[in-house]
Amino acid sequence: MRVLVAMSGGVDSSVAAALLVEAGHDVIGATLKLWGGPSDSGCCSVADVDDARRVAQQLGIAHHVFDLSEEFEAAVVTPYVAAHAAARTPNPCIECNRHIKFDRLLARARRMGFDALATGHHARVERHAGRFRLLRGVDAAKDQSYVLSMLGQDQLSSVVLPVGALTKDEVRAHAAGLGLRTAGKPDSQDVCFIASTDGRRGFLGRRLSLRPGRVVDALSGAEVGAVDAVELVTVGQRRGMGHDPAGARRYVVAVDPAARRVLVAGAAAASIGRVALVPDSLAWVDGPLGHGARAVAQVSAHGRPAACIFEGDGTQPAIVFGAAQRPVAPGQTIALYALDDPAAVVGSGIAA
Amino acid sequence: MSPTAAPAGPLAYFDHAATVPLRPEVALAMAPFAADRFGNASGSHRLARDARAALEDAREEIASLLGARPAEVVFTGGGTESDNLAVFGVLAACERQRPAIVCSAIEHAAVLAPARAAAGGAGRVRGLDRAELRVAAVDRTGVIDLGALEECLGDDVALVSVMLANNEVGTVQPLAEAAAVVRRRAPGAALHTDAVQAAPFLDVARAAAAADLVTLSAHKLGGPKGTGVLVVREGTPLRPLVFGGGQERERRSGTHDVAGAVGMAAALRESVAHRQEEGARVAALRDRLADGLLSSIPGTVESAPRELVLPGHAHLRFAGVEQEELLVLLDEAGVCASAGSACASGAIEPSHVLLAMGVGGRDARSAVRFTLGATSSELDVQLALTATRAAVERLRH
Repeated sequence: MRVLVAMSGGVDSSVAAALLVEAGHDVIGATLKLWGGPSDSGCCSVADVDDARRVAQQLGIAHHVFDLSEEFEAAVVTPYVAAHAAARTPNPCIECNRHIKFDRLLARARRMGFDALATGHHARVERHAGRFRLLRGVDAAKDQSYVLSMLGQDQLSSVVLPVGALTKDEVRAHAAGLGLRTAGKPDSQDVCFIASTDGRRGFLGRRLSLRPGRVVDALSGAEVGAVDAVELVTVGQRRGMGHDPAGARRYVVAVDPAARRVLVAGAAAASIGRVALVPDSLAWVDGPLGHGARAVAQVSAHGRPAACIFEGDGTQPAIVFGAAQRPVAPGQTIALYALDDPAAVVGSGIAA
Repeated sequence: MSPTAAPAGPLAYFDHAATVPLRPEVALAMAPFAADRFGNASGSHRLARDARAALEDAREEIASLLGARPAEVVFTGGGTESDNLAVFGVLAACERQRPAIVCSAIEHAAVLAPARAAAGGAGRVRGLDRAELRVAAVDRTGVIDLGALEECLGDDVALVSVMLANNEVGTVQPLAEAAAVVRRRAPGAALHTDAVQAAPFLDVARAAAAADLVTLSAHKLGGPKGTGVLVVREGTPLRPLVFGGGQERERRSGTHDVAGAVGMAAALRESVAHRQEEGARVAALRDRLADGLLSSIPGTVESAPRELVLPGHAHLRFAGVEQEELLVLLDEAGVCASAGSACASGAIEPSHVLLAMGVGGRDARSAVRFTLGATSSELDVQLALTATRAAVERLRH
């Protein structure tokens, strides 16, 4: 099989490439240049490209750099900034997977005649009776099925995830065994286009005017505090919101950017049972869940899965949790897994 | 573990503008200086004197081939260093409070980047960032607009840099005419030309006769990488960038790379000796390649008129094709071509040359540069024609 491997310069994609080479496939590596600005992590720096190139040399495969920075700006960064301006909490990694890696790059791979696109994600694709299933990675602590939960049959039919069957320790051991310089490289953290020295505040501050806001108790309507940038407040956040008179911590339950108002409440009042989903954000691995179908929802990359019921009969799809949950920020992706097979992704949607 | 990248199938090299292999004569000439003739040319004992003699032989030969005096030839660590020395060296020697630097819009990054830094842009060095940068436009064919150049000139101009031929699209620049404009409108300015790309095909002695500073690189001529020359005509004010033992008459310190200098002299000698017949042979092959691609792949255009470009250049755009994808497929087929400019990460940079010629966006991203040279053969052209046709067809499918 002729496979294009997306090599970020990290250990997972290094080993993904190595495993494919060892399995006898015809492999070419590609590193995406996604971001021209300052950055210190993820898939964007010259040092990471150098690492990917070096690994490709050691594996004896060709390596190319694809500049998708314009597409990344349009499909990931601009929407990220716009979402924050609207007090939503976007997940840029998911949008990058949706629009860049498994759309633009996959289209490129197909145009160039590759049989498959491989990445270093910790998740598994299984072929079963002509259909494709997306499963959690074997290493529960490193599972990345959440950020792939928008993939459908068309994409999964051309995607290979070689490290999903390994634990992270096994991945590192494999890299070390091959003498790859990425063997001990720390996992990438946070958003790849935001430098740690700059932070979200510094980055967004250059693209938005960050505005101060009032913190208001959702039940009493009393003003209980202030924030210096409503655009940086996330629903569900506790930090900086103080305690109620009874001494319980307050959670953000809603942000109204137009009124520059942050609504807070104690844990009991803040918890929710239902999350509405953006209708056109729904994506299914192999066909939609029926109305009233039971599933398991995960609301963040390493969040605890919780049982839910999918409501899909009206114009406003939603999930209803069996037990009260912390509030889910608008813009956050909710990945749904099969109730009878908690490793299998069913689909996903974005909280409205 | 480092498996060789040597391809199994046929290989056709179309990246002579990037670099060319060492000529056999050059390797022979250099060999003794990697062995028993290892002396430091700055010393006084017999081994040092031997090295110094070889260095000065090389300097005299290069000077004579470039139409310069030996004292005007400064050895450097390559074309990029020569360009940097021209920009910062002239700026550092300039007495003016706020001198102007004038560049064509299509200069190599080795000129544009130091010029931008000297004008307070990225990479600025405090004290050497007081210049004003003026960029002279080029026309749609990739040739400097002499009217635009004239508008950039004035008494405050310390340096004008106009390359002899462009590295990406291959256009030869009217340096003598540009020089006449400079002498008339900015008589105090030093005129620099980057002749790196032109040197394999043009008579630099004649074509760059009007320039005060001339950059050359050995490896484009079949010499070693890491050796270059800056010709600094007598009377051109220039301060060094590299300080130390005061070698190269205080213009570039550092122990002499005698092997490199000897290699460069040999490369230039060979190149000049075979220039005319090589130029004609290469141009005929280039024409066969360009005409073949133009006639057999619909939607193919040549970026610059054939009569304006170097004999080895074929810069083509294939409508609707992404250059990154085409280059991967060509590479797989054993055809080594390029997009013309890459950034530090190895990604293809949006071409400032094409942009200056009015070509941007997807159109610019459909360009591939094939550059031919001494190693090119009819077989190479056949392979490139077949591979490019197949690749474009696949990508458009």
